[in-house]
Amino acid sequence: MNTSDLAIDVSHLITHYGSRKILDDISFQARLGEIMVIMGGSGSGKSTLLRHLLGLHRPTSGSIKLLGKDITRLSADEMYDLRKNMGVAFQGGALFNSMTVGENIELPLREHTRLDENTIRIMSRMKLEVVNLAGFENLMPSELSGGMIKRAALARAIVMDPRLLFFDEPSAGLDPVVSAELDELILMLRDAMNMTIVVVTHELESAFKIADRISVLDQGRILMSDTVAVVRASDHPRIQSLLNRTPRNEAINPEAYMERLTREIF
Amino acid sequence: MFEPVLSFVSQVGQRSLQSVREVGYLAALLVEAFYWLLFGSWRRQPVRLRAIFKEAVGVGVNAIPIVALASFATGMMLAIQGIYTLRTFGAEGQVVLGIALSVTREFGPLITGIFVAGRSGSAIAARIGTMQISQEIDALRVIGVNPVRYIVAPLLAAMLLTLPALTIMSDLVALFGGALYCAGELSLPIGIFFERTFEVLIVQDVIHGVIKSLFFAVIITLIGAGNGFNVSAGAEGVGQATTRAVVLSCIAIILADMVFSFLMSR
Repeated sequence: MNTSDLAIDVSHLITHYGSRKILDDISFQARLGEIMVIMGGSGSGKSTLLRHLLGLHRPTSGSIKLLGKDITRLSADEMYDLRKNMGVAFQGGALFNSMTVGENIELPLREHTRLDENTIRIMSRMKLEVVNLAGFENLMPSELSGGMIKRAALARAIVMDPRLLFFDEPSAGLDPVVSAELDELILMLRDAMNMTIVVVTHELESAFKIADRISVLDQGRILMSDTVAVVRASDHPRIQSLLNRTPRNEAINPEAYMERLTREIF
Repeated sequence: MFEPVLSFVSQVGQRSLQSVREVGYLAALLVEAFYWLLFGSWRRQPVRLRAIFKEAVGVGVNAIPIVALASFATGMMLAIQGIYTLRTFGAEGQVVLGIALSVTREFGPLITGIFVAGRSGSAIAARIGTMQISQEIDALRVIGVNPVRYIVAPLLAAMLLTLPALTIMSDLVALFGGALYCAGELSLPIGIFFERTFEVLIVQDVIHGVIKSLFFAVIITLIGAGNGFNVSAGAEGVGQATTRAVVLSCIAIILADMVFSFLMSR
């Protein structure tokens, strides 16, 4: 694989929360224009991985290259420039509650460009059209439904036409119809704007529908990172249990069990 | 048998370490806020005048009625107590001196500080805390907007502008309250009261109070913002941060007032 067409290149990423190791030697790549789904159950470390990809935390070791730049080594100014090429739609939307939907979407343009007022308005309305929220710019975020909040957050994420888009749990808390619509929207964005899109999710159906490649995360490790067909065909027991929704039955290691129970007791 | 003692000592140590860490954090926050105010435009992230004015209305202009009412009552209360005390020496006439000096040097700034801390310290902590738990702070960071520059710097500027102004207003209203009571009790015309007030007051007395109010502005902003940023867990966390911000900033204001008065009156 040629390194120049890699949008994301994570290698040997190790992170800790306090003394607890959260991510253990994570390595994976995503090519430009690809939809990469990071999949894993609750507590698998996928949210932590996303926060590291966004440069919100400093890893213990390892490197994260976004669009060819190692964000663990960038200066604040270089990171500031890189962020103009990144869009993020958070799980809960994270719209600014004190602003209208329109102002939310305009904010990145106001902060990063010197466009005049009318151009900013028009550009933000164009993105609202893209996510099917035309005419909602004067509502407050609290007046929107869950699906509308996700779409508004998506509009804000793509308003700068980023090359990299991160989407955290697009279908969490939505009914199947709305989440299917969001999947369509993600596919459409990739085709129309040629974005590289990283979607973090635990929804299998949605993952198989939109992904070019899937990275399966379990207990802080990457189990596999490959195309949809290969992941589907995998006979790895943990992946199979994720696919078939079987509860995990791990044999308990008695020594580790005792150690956990008696840790930090004097 | 040493265990209780040991755990007590380690608790004291941990508490102290935590306090030192918190003071350090607030100091860093202060430096950063000033940095953005002074060099923001050079780093392509200017602190916008519009934001400063908006905050100034919120923390300053809207505080006028409550601060005026409290100052009026305080001025009148000082006159009542002053006349009552001085009557034992038959020196009621000296009450003007007492009111003039204690209002401008002490009560004006203190009343203003305490009331703004109660109004805005809590509001700042609640606003930033809520933004923290709804991931709005993260959203700002990934958009490439420094949260300290966007939220704290305009607040700090607004506080530094409005608190001295509020203090001078508080001085005048408190003096008026005192004058009104003296007019009734001592038949001292209000005009004469103010004439004698301005005879005994020197500029330093007023400046003394104004400088105090600048310190209070910094204290209220930092403690409010610091507690807001440190919220990590849910609605309860926001509530705790709000309470903590008000209590800590009131205590810090009174302690700073004491130290400042001691140093400046020698």
